[in-house]
Parts: sequence; structure tokens; C-alpha cells
Amino acid sequence: MAKSPETEHPNKAFGWAARDKSGVLSPFHFSRRDNGENDVTVKILYCGVCHTDLHTIKNDWGYSYYPVVPGHEIVGIATKVGKNVTKFKEGDRVGVGVITGSCQSCESCDQDLENYCPQMSFTYNAIGSDGTKNYGGYSETIVVDQRFVLRFPEGLPSDSGAPLLCAGITVYSPMKYYGMTEPGKHLGVAGLGGLGHVAVKIGKAFGLKVTVISSSPDKEDEAINRLGADSFLVSSDPRKMKVAINTMDYIIDTVSAVHALYPLLGLLKVNGKLVTLGLPEKPLELPIFPLVLGRKMVGGSDVGGMKETQEMLDFCANHNITSDIELIKMDEINTAMERLAKSDVRYRFVIDVANSLSPP
Amino acid sequence: MGKVLEKEAFGLATKDESGVLSPFRFSRRETGEKDVRFKVLFCGICHTDLSMAKNIWGFTTYPLVPGHEIVGVVTEVGAKVTKFNAGDKVGVGYMSSSCRSCDSCSDGQENYCPKMILTSGAKYYDDTMTHGGYSDHMVCEEDYIIRIPENLPLDAAAPLLCAGVTVYSPIKYHGLDKPGMHIGVVGLGGLGHVAVKFAKAMGTKVTVISTSESKKDEAINHLGADAFLVSRDPEQMKDAMETMDGIIDTVSATHPLLPLLGLLRYKGILVMVGAPEKPLELPVMPLIFGRKMVVGSMIGGIKETQDMMDLAGKHSITADIELISADYVSTAMERLEKADVRYRFVIDVGNTLKPAP
Repeated sequence: MAKSPETEHPNKAFGWAARDKSGVLSPFHFSRRDNGENDVTVKILYCGVCHTDLHTIKNDWGYSYYPVVPGHEIVGIATKVGKNVTKFKEGDRVGVGVITGSCQSCESCDQDLENYCPQMSFTYNAIGSDGTKNYGGYSETIVVDQRFVLRFPEGLPSDSGAPLLCAGITVYSPMKYYGMTEPGKHLGVAGLGGLGHVAVKIGKAFGLKVTVISSSPDKEDEAINRLGADSFLVSSDPRKMKVAINTMDYIIDTVSAVHALYPLLGLLKVNGKLVTLGLPEKPLELPIFPLVLGRKMVGGSDVGGMKETQEMLDFCANHNITSDIELIKMDEINTAMERLAKSDVRYRFVIDVANSLSPP
Repeated sequence: MGKVLEKEAFGLATKDESGVLSPFRFSRRETGEKDVRFKVLFCGICHTDLSMAKNIWGFTTYPLVPGHEIVGVVTEVGAKVTKFNAGDKVGVGYMSSSCRSCDSCSDGQENYCPKMILTSGAKYYDDTMTHGGYSDHMVCEEDYIIRIPENLPLDAAAPLLCAGVTVYSPIKYHGLDKPGMHIGVVGLGGLGHVAVKFAKAMGTKVTVISTSESKKDEAINHLGADAFLVSRDPEQMKDAMETMDGIIDTVSATHPLLPLLGLLRYKGILVMVGAPEKPLELPVMPLIFGRKMVVGSMIGGIKETQDMMDLAGKHSITADIELISADYVSTAMERLEKADVRYRFVIDVGNTLKPAP
């Protein structure tokens, strides 16, 4: 007989879970494994709310295994470390991101690309290497193999640094991989949300000229005066879009709804690169002529490996890059999700887990 | 009628969107100091000729003399020409001039120059329209002329000037030329069959991906492909998932990208060299979860075209052609529309093109 979430592991755990595709989150008792010799147990302080959390609790992609405890932008304190753990000690401030497992022996893993390992497992809504379901960071504690735990740099605040664990690496990794870091080049950031606002900051830190491309004219002031973008392009204004044709070297496309690629491809110069990071439910329309006539590229990227994620955190700490957040209590999460669905957040909700999550 | 230039010429032109070709007299400029004049011996028929003849893309100016896979023998060179002499075997491809000073031109990528001038159907600096290789002779700037290796038969080398460089350029640019890599080629037509030959010459393993079994024997026994995959067979496609480093997609019709993306390994590259008119559906998840890319490519720069031609000479690579006479061109165009050719028509211009009476 299958064990229940409460009994499958020896240690009681508590968090909030969604139980069906209504996506409504509520208190949930489950259990966590003992701290193994390679493990770090993390008392969770903060957890960012990523758009993926919303997609998953609503089963937008059709592979949610309820109950789902979301959360993969986790910052906390190591409370236990296994005897083989060398990188961390009790009391260290650590982070856990999108991935908590991989085979650790394939070509991808050997190249520090755990995110592309065919046996990679996500922090939540996935089956871990012990065959049980992974529960994420909307919970008090989490037990993670040391390979998937990150050192949180001095100077990076726990609350506003938490979203970097997904949003940060999601934009940093493709910018490095696709060579979108040459100072002086022109980066377009499509969409100004959790990913987009971090892309602006990281882009500026790389010395790029940054233009935000958005359908909301009211974000212009924020984009330029607060986030530091050099210019702002309203994508629904055909005249402005026409003037900007053939001006950008790179575009980071963070828009998660279905949207038109044709106008974005037009903004790119010859050899321009567009990286698509949002995960719309339906395919996008890809016009081929612009790609052919301008040797342009559309590529994808999926978070980053552990080594690169650590590099990104250190980079952000050095450049004082954090996420702009709205701190919420655990019991405000359902309202936050409704607001997130309407993009009504500047720019990431972060749950103050340690101070607001307590079993009833 | 247009401006009259110094030298008489004749060829075949389309006069309207019917695309029907008929004899046409026109004129070409005198050989300028940096020009090379050559007698046309052969000209390949590219699918683009058909699209331009029928104004499918909406920018054709009539009358249009098509043809941009042109080979012949040099008859005269201008005073400042250094690279060619009368008697040389040369060719010209899709472009015959560019600005020479933009980033693209400086990078040997004249094909992406915003002022690139097409060999057929574009406005030249003297305000006349360029007329292509379905004609008795050409005069072109030296910098855009390609030398044909001595050992290559001219008729079968002609299509390389467009089809050859179109597949060669992205294979090199995206690093898909490393021995041992696995390259897929979608569509076995003018571009596809040449892609197989070049990819094999570079030491890669090649799988042809086609909608039907009918071309399997050709692909493997004649063109040298290592494997053949029927894209409509789910079992075959499933077995081949995540096995390819790159795919050269030569198909111009609308077709699904999802199965092709599935064939690519992590960081695989799907190169689009066919030009479907309507957008294709792009499922984003396969791109994201495998860090894969879809890229486009159009012909190649001049140096690249020469490199490609030299490689073809080294490995004796030519196109598989059906040589036709000038009065068969219209029929050939109809057959081309139905993909009824193995794999490129080439017009025997030198022997069969006659001026209108």
C-alpha cells in the first residue's frame, strides 16, 4: 500500500500545497527524508514565487502531480550537514534553486550542466532519485544533496536575493552561452516581469545598452529611472517599432503568454539572437524569412548548471544586483497568485517563510 | 524599355506573373575596368527563379531574366582586374555586388549587406535592372566572380553557386562540420542532395529525413547518406530522437518543427535554408529544455563561396543534374514546381540558347 505524504519519510514537515488545478494553496502536512551523508538540511527563510509555480499549481502544462508544494527560489540556513559534505557547515546561509537532482555521471553532469542531464529532477513536482516526490520551498525545511545547494554570498540579501535562484540564472545562463555580453552591444528585453527586470540589471552590469520592450507604456518610468534601462519601446506602437528595426544585437524574450515573434525578429540586426525563456502553453508562430534573410537565431535556455548558478550569485553580489520584491506572508499566497496572473507585481513576490509559516 | 547599354545581349525573360519565358533582347554595360565579361555556358534553375518569375514574393520587376547559378568562360577582363584572365572558367551566384564597407561586407558576409545587389532582378548602380544567367553572356564585378576548379564539369558545378553555398555556409558557421557529428538533412531536392554530399565530405554521419520511403535507395546508395528516416513513421522518429547535432532543413513548404526539434541532441541546431512563406509553429519547450536553436541562413559570402567551390573540387562534388535545352525551360519550371527532378535542371545555354529571330 502506498505511503501517504505524511508517512513516506521519517521527519514531519509542513508547507502549503495545491491539491488540484484550481491552484488554491493551503496548509499541507508531509514528511522529509533524514539528512543523508551527502545532504544539507535547510531551514527555509524566504522563498520566491516564480511564474512556473503558478503554471504548475494550475496544471497549465498538463504534468502536475498533486499535491504540489511549489517553490524553487529558496534561501535559508543550513541546520544539518551530512558527513561527506565539505562545502557547507551548519549555520551557513545557503540557496536552493530549480534543480535538486541529476545523475551526476553523464556528459552533461560532468560539464557542470546538471540542468541538461536527462535524469535531472526539479525541486518540486518531480520524482527524486529515491523514487519519492519532491516538495518545494513553500515549506519550513528542505533536505538537498550538497551538489544542488548554493553558497549565498555575503552582501546579497536573503529576501531580495532569493529570486535570483531562478530568475537570475534563467537570464544569466543564455546571456553567457549565446555570447550576449559584449560591452556596448544592444540588448532588448521583452517583457518586464520577474525575469525581465533582472535581465535589465544583469544586462547593464555586462555593459550593454538595454532597451525594454513592453506592451505597457506605464512601465517606462520604472524601466528607465529605477531599473536603469537606456530606453523603452512600446511594442504596440507600430511607428516606434518601425524606427527601432535592425537596431538590436540580442533580445531576451521573457514573455510567457503567446505573442508575436515577427516584430521582435525585425528589431534584430543581421546575425541577431533572440533567446526565448517564457513557457507559453501553445507554440509560437515563427516566421522563417527574417531568420533566413538576416541569419538570425531563436534559441532556448533552461536555468543553468550549479557551477554557473553560483557564478551568477557571485556576479550579482559584486554588482549589487537583487530582485525588486514584494514580501508577503504565507497566508497571502493565494491573493499573490491571482495578482501574479495579472502581472500585478513589481516584480517578484517573496514569501517570508520563517516568519509566517507555522503549522495550524 | 529601359536604358540601353553598350553591348547587345539576348536571353529568356518572363514578362508577367504567368512566369512564361520567351526570347528577349536586351543590353549589358561595356566591360568596366574592374569587370569580368564571360560567355555563359550553363545556368542552373533554382526554385528561387520560379518564385521570382511568378512574382510570388511581390518584388519582381518585369521583364526578368532569371538565373544565378551561372558558369562560363571569360572573354574579356577590365584593365584593373587581377584575378582572372580570358579563357578562365568562372561562375557567378545569387549576388553580383554589395557596398563593400558595412560590417557584413567587412566580415566576408556580403550576402547580408543591406545594399547587396542580386544577379537577377535588382537595380544596379546605373539604374538598370540586373539580368541573370538565362542569357548569352554576363558582365560582373571581379570581386563577385568565382573560379571553377579545373576538375569539375561545368554543367554539374553550376548549381553549387547557389545550392552548394546555401548549405555549406551554415554547416561551417555553426560548427556542424566536425567529423563524427550526426547531421540530418530534411528534404531531398536541389539543396538537400548537395547538403548530403558536403556533409559526407566533411566526415559527418548523415541521415536524410523525408516524408516518404521513395527516395531511400537514392539517398543511401547513390548520394552516400548513412541512414534514412521517414518523418511520417512515428516508430522511426522515436528511435532517432536526440541523436543529431544539427539538421539542415531545406523544405519550403509548411511543415512541423516539433518532430525535427525532437531529433536534435542537447544544444542541437536546426538550420532553415528553405523559405516557407507562412510562419511555422514553434513549440518553445523543446528549445528551452535542450538549449536548442533555430537559425536561418541565406547563400554565403564570396570567400565562402570560393572555399565551398574549392572543397567541391577537392572532393569531386557536383550536383546531380538534368541538362536541358533552352526551349525546354518552361517545361522544366513546371516540373520543378512538382519537385519532379533529380535534382537540379541546368540549361545548356552555350549550345542551345539562340537569339530571337
